[in-house]
Amino acid sequence: MASSSLSAKTSGLGAAPERLSRWRAFRKWIAAQEGWVFIFPWVVGFILLDLGPYIFALIISFLNWDVGRPPTYIGLRNYQAAFTDPLVGKSLWNTAYYTLFHVPGSTVIAFTVAGLLNQKVRGMPIWRTMYYIPSVTSGVGMALIWIWLFAPRGAMNGLLGWFGIEGPRWLTSTTWAMPALIIMSFWGVGSSMVIFLAGLQGVPQHLYEAAEVDGGGWWAKVRHVTIPMMTPYIFLSLILGVIGSFQVVTQALLMTEGGPDNATLFILLYIWIMGWNAFKMGYAASISWILFAIIFLATIVQFLGARRWVYYEYQEPG
Amino acid sequence: MAATTAEAQRRRPVALRAFRWTRRILLYLIVVGGSFVYMYPVFFMLRTSLTKESDLYVVPPIIVPLPPVWENYAIMWQNGPTWSWIKNSLIVVSFSVVAETVTSVSVAYGFARTRFAARDKLFIGVLATMMLPGAVTLIPRWLIFHRLDMIDTLWPLLIPRLFGTAFYIFIMRQFFLTLPRELDDAARIDGASHLQILRKVVIPLSVPAIATIAVFSFMNRWNDFLEPLIYLLRTENLTLAVGLRFFVSRFGTEYHLLMAGAMLLIVPMIIAFFLAQKQFIRGIALTGIKG
Repeated sequence: MASSSLSAKTSGLGAAPERLSRWRAFRKWIAAQEGWVFIFPWVVGFILLDLGPYIFALIISFLNWDVGRPPTYIGLRNYQAAFTDPLVGKSLWNTAYYTLFHVPGSTVIAFTVAGLLNQKVRGMPIWRTMYYIPSVTSGVGMALIWIWLFAPRGAMNGLLGWFGIEGPRWLTSTTWAMPALIIMSFWGVGSSMVIFLAGLQGVPQHLYEAAEVDGGGWWAKVRHVTIPMMTPYIFLSLILGVIGSFQVVTQALLMTEGGPDNATLFILLYIWIMGWNAFKMGYAASISWILFAIIFLATIVQFLGARRWVYYEYQEPG
Repeated sequence: MAATTAEAQRRRPVALRAFRWTRRILLYLIVVGGSFVYMYPVFFMLRTSLTKESDLYVVPPIIVPLPPVWENYAIMWQNGPTWSWIKNSLIVVSFSVVAETVTSVSVAYGFARTRFAARDKLFIGVLATMMLPGAVTLIPRWLIFHRLDMIDTLWPLLIPRLFGTAFYIFIMRQFFLTLPRELDDAARIDGASHLQILRKVVIPLSVPAIATIAVFSFMNRWNDFLEPLIYLLRTENLTLAVGLRFFVSRFGTEYHLLMAGAMLLIVPMIIAFFLAQKQFIRGIALTGIKG
């Protein structure tokens, strides 16, 4: 307003630069806001599909909401029930068991395989693809294959038979169902393997040469060059591994349906059963918040621990 | 005396060479052997899917079933509305790959190359959605789509893809940050808008990274199990991954049919990976995903 009256009064040459600079400033401001246009889809999705649902999940976790009946407010009683529910304890124990073996095991395997695939070997694209394909086909396809490999007369027991060992009835045994799922998970390490491979290719060659000059052998190079330089990647892989393994559900649903005798009842599977089989949405939401708290704590602990062992060569600017 | 030194000189390289050779051979054995261990489940599946049921447990085991029993595939195919499952999967996958790639690239460009006050705070939001478990949003999202009357349709599987996916946004942003800024500064001086810079400068330089997220999207949507499982109800409305779940209960221990079904799910993945693998591996190497 002020500017238009000002420009009306002071017409003529003198006003032109001022008007121009205001116009420039406005255009600059508009240009600065242009970024919003690009990230707009994500902002909308974040509010509608992440932030909103998180708040919503918090609200319904305080409700007694069996689908079909109107929800009633029951305060913390869902959480009280969850803490005393033996199946919540059992499924958390199972999930921790899986995580404890899956995450370190698959990190070591992925690291070793990435190291092998970083060597100069003829036909490497073919070998890399072969290591990666089981991960590409993860999920339902692999679960179906492993049902067969772990069948009482399947390949795994055939292999053990060669060594004179009588294999267990893997997926129908309370003792062996979980180890079976853990063994199977080692075939799905492809994505961390590829990330490690990318990392290995970025380790500066001169560090290896320096280690050689110092008379370091193969193991010294791995121990004092490769592993320290790779710690950021190992850290990323551990973080994503823990988050992922706390949310395992597909394999258990397809291969064991949580059985036998709840031996493979994972926490997310229990949430699914409570929500979509028993229609206790409020109760399921409260368990999902307990799961959230555990994953959150585990991630924080890992970040705090990371200061002790993760080596960053440089601080990223900005 | 002179003769022995000469001999020693001659012999040492030989010993060294022998040592190097054994090391090379050992390396090849481990790499190639390991790759067969990794592919073993897939080979075994292929074999079983082409074996007669009566030959499954023969001792010694049949490694290459001759002649292959293609009939297994026909039986498996006719046992469910396989065509509708494939059609549904194709709709979900093709829509998702295009939508997720386009929006993630554009959002990542916004985070990497434009400047506005809230940008970096919002990016923390992207990182948070990567780290926070999706398990919490599962129930509210279902209730939202239930309220919108979209249960048992493909919409709940399509709509969320329109908003970009945190992990892909993260990968693309990291990649864009590695591109030299001088390039878009030059374009800016020539009067190009952000959209023109994205289309003419940034995207042509980012083909491997874009291919990487497109492959990720294809794999994740094709294999997606939990989402279709909770949103889709009627048998003919399912996607292939969830549809095949019924094979487990229906075929029980008829492993030759089970494996034929698994092949159906896996072969498109293998083909897609072969076609994209060069760009894909390069893309991952270039994006430098790290904490």
